[in-house]
Amino acid sequence: MTVVEERTAAPAPPPRRANPVWALLRNSWRQLTSMRTALVLLFLLAVAAIPGSVLPQRPVNIERVADYFRAHPDLAPTLDRLGMFDVYASAWFAAVYVLLFTSLVGCVVPRLADHVRALRNVPPEAPKRLDRLPQHAVLPPAAEATAAASAVARVLRKRRWRVATRQEEDGAWTASAEKGYVKETGNLLFHFALLAVLIGVGFGAWYGWHGNRLLVEGPDRGFCNSLTQYDESTLGARVDAADLPQFCLQLTDFRAEFQDTGQPKSFRATVLVDSRETRTFSVNDPLRLPGATVNLLGHGYAPVLRFTDRFGVQQTKVVPFLPRDGMFTSEGVATFPDVNIDPKTDKRDENLQVGFEGVYLPTVGTDGRPSSVYPAERNPVLFLTAYRGNLGVDAGLPGSVYALDRAQISSGKLKQVGGPGEVGNNARPHELKPGETWTLDDGSKLEFLGTRPFATLAVRHDPTKTLVLAGAVLGLLGLMASLYGHRRRIFFRVRALDADAGESGGTVIEAGGLPRTDYPGFADEFAGVVTAVQGDE
Amino acid sequence: MAELSNQLMALTVLAYLATMICYAGEYAFGTRSHIARAATRQLVGSGAPVPDDVPPPPVAEKSRGNTIGQVGVGINVLALLLHLGTLVTRGVAADRMPWGNMYEFILSVSFVGSVSWLLVLSRRPGVRHLGLFTALTMVVLLGVNGLIAYTPVGPLVPALNSYWYVIHVSTIILASGILLFGAVPAALFLIKTGYDQGKRRFPYTLGKRVPAAATLERLTFRLHAFAFPLFTFGALIAGPLWAEASWGRYWNWDPKEVWAFISWIVYATYLHARATPSVKRTTATWLALIGFATMLMNLFGVNLFFEGLHSYANAG
Repeated sequence: MTVVEERTAAPAPPPRRANPVWALLRNSWRQLTSMRTALVLLFLLAVAAIPGSVLPQRPVNIERVADYFRAHPDLAPTLDRLGMFDVYASAWFAAVYVLLFTSLVGCVVPRLADHVRALRNVPPEAPKRLDRLPQHAVLPPAAEATAAASAVARVLRKRRWRVATRQEEDGAWTASAEKGYVKETGNLLFHFALLAVLIGVGFGAWYGWHGNRLLVEGPDRGFCNSLTQYDESTLGARVDAADLPQFCLQLTDFRAEFQDTGQPKSFRATVLVDSRETRTFSVNDPLRLPGATVNLLGHGYAPVLRFTDRFGVQQTKVVPFLPRDGMFTSEGVATFPDVNIDPKTDKRDENLQVGFEGVYLPTVGTDGRPSSVYPAERNPVLFLTAYRGNLGVDAGLPGSVYALDRAQISSGKLKQVGGPGEVGNNARPHELKPGETWTLDDGSKLEFLGTRPFATLAVRHDPTKTLVLAGAVLGLLGLMASLYGHRRRIFFRVRALDADAGESGGTVIEAGGLPRTDYPGFADEFAGVVTAVQGDE
Repeated sequence: MAELSNQLMALTVLAYLATMICYAGEYAFGTRSHIARAATRQLVGSGAPVPDDVPPPPVAEKSRGNTIGQVGVGINVLALLLHLGTLVTRGVAADRMPWGNMYEFILSVSFVGSVSWLLVLSRRPGVRHLGLFTALTMVVLLGVNGLIAYTPVGPLVPALNSYWYVIHVSTIILASGILLFGAVPAALFLIKTGYDQGKRRFPYTLGKRVPAAATLERLTFRLHAFAFPLFTFGALIAGPLWAEASWGRYWNWDPKEVWAFISWIVYATYLHARATPSVKRTTATWLALIGFATMLMNLFGVNLFFEGLHSYANAG
């Protein structure tokens, strides 16, 4: 973004008419790369980012977007068409930053060329009247002009000024010195680093992938890195499912510690990688595997349930219950669609499927309320309601694995059942402690064997995060150089006094200083240089 | 210890209130001519070396206003010590850095703001007239903090139990404190400019007794230029590094991140606008004030209105 005064008076009109299309293009480009446009675009970018914090965003939390659609059925579709639920991937947000970065490129590339030229050039000639500069000093006379001039240059070079000495037509020696190129270097570094960050973010989105997975403890519940094994996943545009690195994880241990108030103290997961290497990781210390990082996001309990149907056939299921509060009151469902198969006919009756729905409380309170009072398992209880009938899973439609199909219950295809003596409909949920068995009206039994912990994991690969970090760090260094650096010039003129013209002989040394940016400390620096030159003579 | 921290907090607010009253007293009764003249001279002197031939500024006559102002500075230092005491006792009670929730965070940010004010004051005694506004900001900020954001002392949740907690949060506190304090000279620069242009309606009347516009403008820029790289490091480097370790992704478009991004862009616009000669200094300073508004939004608004990954910053 070029820092130039807008020219009010246009230069003399060109002798011949320019091609109007070319002129339009050129003027648009100039307009786009002007500082004013860049400022407006920057400000627009800030404003455009606001809706993303106000409205729920799909990539952040898709459930809350669905909630918003339910709460505002009229407004939501319109907002959706405007891309308001994925602001940072929307066309208009992209338009702002693409324009901004085009403007940036159009500005910093010519400036880079200018700066390279400036770095190779020697400082300019001293102005005729040094006393017109913001800083000016006259030094005591020295004996010999050439020696004095080289002494001045030596002092300046020692203080890391870039110096050019010249002899003027009247025989006077001048030293022009310039310093503070780091300001522009830093400024350019900052802007190019921003470009690197943008490119890094873009390529990261193309070549990165991520998946979420709920992993229950136990050798029978291991997971291998393939797309189908994730509960939810996103692949970058240039990533194929076959490109995912090969590894398998099995949760062998999960430890959660809590304060007496129930506030969590620490979480630690231990996994077996590829059935041979044991690794432990925790919330702020992810498991770094070649080609993927595994972060621990959350945890919970998975009750182990053994169902014995009316024909005596047993099935055991480990069903994760999702925590809904900080005390781990957890909700879930256990379905047994392939039960009550008559051994004589060997026919599966889809109206004899069984499902259990309810809450698991790791520590039940004394007041009997259906919410846990402590997140660890001090007094665990499982409250379940049993249903028999058609679970509605045979249609092949995807449904929630954490709730029963409400439509099947309201249509009467799935009926609530209970044990003998318990009222069939609207019975209170049955209470089960670990090891207890619940016998239903038809003689089938449900045993609550206990629980296993589970961990929710985020597996992610972002190939460009090192590039983005390097860009950000270089950008910060450049930013500091450009904010705290100051471009400034100092000139010295050593003139031999003309004894013939009535002057006393010897030389007169004059100094002038010009800060090229707003720099309050320049006067002190100038005074310091002048004193050093005096001391050196 | 937690109880002591709460009592110190109440005393801190009272002390800032007393500071404010003293500064207001000086503002109202201070003899404009002496103080202002001395102030302007000293301010120029701090920017450029004072030429030797200028006589030292005449000692301001002992006026009632001046004495009240000096008492104000004394109480201000006392208030700062009480403020520090509140933070330290809070940290000791919780056995960790006192930055674990919104209440403690604002307590720390305002402490940094207060320290930067006294540092600026010690180097440029002439800006003491700004004290009324800084003390007012402190009283409001801490009062609101105690009323709506108070949280009992508690340990850290595991997600915060990381060395990044110290790095990320401390730089953000430092940067936010300085940026928030930077809004005081910014606002007064706009008021002073309006006053110098002959505007005599309410906010501009405050400009009668503040330092010269150019001094305020330069102070605004230097505070922002100092805090901006710090904020960049804290919010856009240390934050994403921690996020990568904790949540697996360095940038999550969480509401706090979005607003930090917005603040960063707005302050970047301010710095660009100030470096552009064709943009008026008043326009640039307005951008700094918009930046201040986005910082406040991030400190209070995001915690109270939105739910996000930074939710341990929730009030109460």
